[in-house]
Amino acid sequence: MIGHHSAHGFKSRWYTPRALLRQIIEPLDLPLLSILVTILALGLLTLYSATIDTPARFNAQLLNILVGLSTMWVIARIPPGTLLRYAVPGFIVGLTLLVLVAVAGEVVNGARRWLNLGITRIQPSEMMKIAMPLMLAWFFHQRGPSPGLRDFAVAALLLVVPAALIMRQPDLGTALLVLGAGFYVIFLAGLSWRVMLGAAICGAGAAPFVWSMLHDYQRRRLLILLDPTQDPLGAGYHTIQSTIAVGSGGLFGKGWLRGTQAHLEFIPERHTDFIFAVFSEEFGLAGILLLSGLYLALIARCMVIASSATTLFSRLLGGSLVLTLATYALVNMGMVAGVLPVVGVPLPFISYGGTAMVTLCVAMGLLMSISAHRQLVSS
Amino acid sequence: MTQWVTPEQNRTRFQVRLGFAGLVVIAGFCTLAVRFVFLQVIEHEYYMTRAEDNRIAVVPVAPTRGLILDRNGVVLARNYSAYTLEINAATVRDLPATIDQLSRIITIDARDRNRFRRLLDETRGAGTVPIRTRLSDEEVARFAAQRFRFPGVEIKARLFREYPQRTLAAHVVGYIGRISERDLQRLDEEDLAAGYRGTDYIGKTGLESTYERELHGTPGSAEVEIDAGGHPLRTLRSNSPVPGNNIELTLDTRLQDVAERAFGSFRGALVAIEPSSGGVLAFVSRPAFDPNLFVEGIDPQNWESLNNNVDRPLTNRALAGVYPPGSTVKPFIALAALQSGRRTLEYTIADPGYFTLPGVTHRWRDWKEGGHGMVNLHHSITQSCDTYYYGIGNDMGIDALHGMLSQFGFGDKSGLDLDGERTGLLPSQAWKMQKLKQKWFAGDTIPVAIGQGYFTATPMQLAVATATLANNGVVYQPHLVRYVQDSRSGERRAVATDPLRRITLDPRWLDAVKQAMVDVTRPGGTAAVAGRDAAYSFAGKSGTAQVIAIRQGERYDARRIGERYRDHALFVAFAPAENPRIAMGILVENGGSGSGTAAPIARLVLDYYLLGKVPASMPELQPAAAEE
Repeated sequence: MIGHHSAHGFKSRWYTPRALLRQIIEPLDLPLLSILVTILALGLLTLYSATIDTPARFNAQLLNILVGLSTMWVIARIPPGTLLRYAVPGFIVGLTLLVLVAVAGEVVNGARRWLNLGITRIQPSEMMKIAMPLMLAWFFHQRGPSPGLRDFAVAALLLVVPAALIMRQPDLGTALLVLGAGFYVIFLAGLSWRVMLGAAICGAGAAPFVWSMLHDYQRRRLLILLDPTQDPLGAGYHTIQSTIAVGSGGLFGKGWLRGTQAHLEFIPERHTDFIFAVFSEEFGLAGILLLSGLYLALIARCMVIASSATTLFSRLLGGSLVLTLATYALVNMGMVAGVLPVVGVPLPFISYGGTAMVTLCVAMGLLMSISAHRQLVSS
Repeated sequence: MTQWVTPEQNRTRFQVRLGFAGLVVIAGFCTLAVRFVFLQVIEHEYYMTRAEDNRIAVVPVAPTRGLILDRNGVVLARNYSAYTLEINAATVRDLPATIDQLSRIITIDARDRNRFRRLLDETRGAGTVPIRTRLSDEEVARFAAQRFRFPGVEIKARLFREYPQRTLAAHVVGYIGRISERDLQRLDEEDLAAGYRGTDYIGKTGLESTYERELHGTPGSAEVEIDAGGHPLRTLRSNSPVPGNNIELTLDTRLQDVAERAFGSFRGALVAIEPSSGGVLAFVSRPAFDPNLFVEGIDPQNWESLNNNVDRPLTNRALAGVYPPGSTVKPFIALAALQSGRRTLEYTIADPGYFTLPGVTHRWRDWKEGGHGMVNLHHSITQSCDTYYYGIGNDMGIDALHGMLSQFGFGDKSGLDLDGERTGLLPSQAWKMQKLKQKWFAGDTIPVAIGQGYFTATPMQLAVATATLANNGVVYQPHLVRYVQDSRSGERRAVATDPLRRITLDPRWLDAVKQAMVDVTRPGGTAAVAGRDAAYSFAGKSGTAQVIAIRQGERYDARRIGERYRDHALFVAFAPAENPRIAMGILVENGGSGSGTAAPIARLVLDYYLLGKVPASMPELQPAAAEE
């Protein structure tokens, strides 16, 4: 439904390096790309310090980034119209895999998250982070510009079922991110404030019920958040050690490779979920402000892309993705700062790990696709 | 919500909402910025000192594992302290070079290196891993003088588990071993992982495993000051761990020793139970192994020789060995026949030496060619007449037999406090239909009545059934542990010994069967030789089970093949018959005959337990020619 790809200079594109470069750059949103590359570079710098004892991880992350950026490039070239067609099948596949995990998934560390496909193991809950906003954006796109209350109810159902499956695995962090991604679509589609207020009140009323459904370790994490000293060796250890790392970093940090908390191995998960503690210790408040600035710039650029998108589908998808990205960053930083519970959300583009990197790069690719195709039919 | 909105209005609403969300995001970042200013500017000094102090590490302190004692306080498992040389692989740059340099000060042989490499893989480099254990004082002193050359290497005092009785009751005690990936996963699932911080070992088999929760204890924690290299300098504060509880067994080590030696070089199993409580007095599975080999991780040669041994020393034959019970089930079948009214004490058959079913050509033969002549119930037990029982089986039918035998515990786990128990098989019509998808034939019942056919049982089940008979039908839960001693209060918690259930048995029938069992060991009975001049009334029943094929024998050994085809010998016994203090089930693999090899073992055990007679030298058991 949106005009087809418009690359000009088809005839000469393979002949000069410059044309080739343009061909590669063409679908990419340059402001977005440059901010992203800066954040990735900062991330590699931090990861180098955090994994100084295990250099293989650094190389693996380089590969993760390469895979992520390639995926982003491929997705950026796909017009949103095509994406629209894949929304429903994608969602159905994701949901089926989630059900399969619940029935026949592999248990790792007490949680049933993985599906063994023989060749490789996959974590279908991760896929839902993208499939969910795609699906809901498609749904509201179909319903037109004035969705009714019933449409919102259907959307909520589409959201709650997979989220509940993920919650049951149990994987609280991912369930919250999927719920967030879906909720953002619903919110941006124009759910009335009154309904949201009512739901919030109901939610508060249901809190004791939710509490009774949480796993013991999840409850403990919430309780320990209020008083980390309760369990200095266990769940509180992460929070205590990461706040010490952050606090001791001071204004300008201890310097790259010189964080004692990081290098004396006081920070657990220092290359994954708690890499921001290493960053804060070595680069200080100045570093944090720089990184926060970069994230804000990234978010701002994505918001501009989303709000200037031509179709309702693109708008909702873009808006949801950017808000999910912001959620990642805020939740992870809040966790390291000791103001949010330890829920296992990585710091976007910085934490070590291929799955999160690819998921986030897919999100960036989708936004770039929206960006690349917005002017074409804007009039 | 319901009024019509144009696409343009919708777009505007979207932008307003996204703008609102953007403000929330900005507010979020601002809140975080405030928090970071608070941490990094206002509280910076405080956290700086905490980071400096973070030379103060909170380390878990592992609890001392509880002891395992026999009923007289003889130690079966204990701990001793020794120094180990440990390496923190994450902080050592060149591991092979460091180990080479270390080996110049302290002996490190190839076996130590292999084990270290394996432990390193298992722990994936987290924490310190021992390269040498049990350092001598001299070795400790030599390393201390050169410690500065070895950052990341340290001497630690650790507690080691030791089984001073070595192979004695090895299958009961079991052993501990390094916590494996699988153990960790299980602990995580049971939410017990917190209790294992700082602990490297966990019970793997035997009581060490089933009583893991009692034996383990609760870890403490200590605040330890460490230098930049990660070496501990001094302990500032500590919160003591709670040691594990001791467990006290019903087992009598000396009786166990007599019973084990009584087997000589035979393979087999023996379980002796105190009928009035269900407490296990002796629990033998021969051959056994030395659990000490497993504590620090068994080396490949020893593992090879244990695991690939034709004699299967690691198999707990008493609990997991499934054998046809043979004629030892006759007293129970006799009780079933009397109780059901199918037989009276006077009922007599003329035994031609075989049994036939109408319309079936097959002859079920008695072990005695030509038969036993006129046989009543009493003779059927003392002479072990097969034909008499073929008739009972046919008259009662499989399900009636199943009903009585299952009450004695056949076909089901006894529930002993050890893992790995097998159920054996007490067949029934329903079982055959379900498992083999076949109808039960009348002919299937005939061999079951003499403990053959589909019927199999474990030595444990034989002991429990015999104890129940000795106890006039009162069933107790068999158990190995009688007290758990709280490590803090010293209080001894008794393991409950209430009867599980009572089997309704007429005292007249009980007396008759018991009397016949006493006569088994008297002149005229099958085990008269083993019972000669016993100073107490010795009730028993012999049995012999055919070995159809070599079980578990993957290796072909021509010299022993004949022996391994020999029948299994069985014996059940209790004494004194009028007031039984001990009941047992005995199995001797390829022993030939129950009365020839298994009954003399029972006699030795009873003589020791009832009279205190310690056999000076164990007589060589002779596999007699097959009789029953």
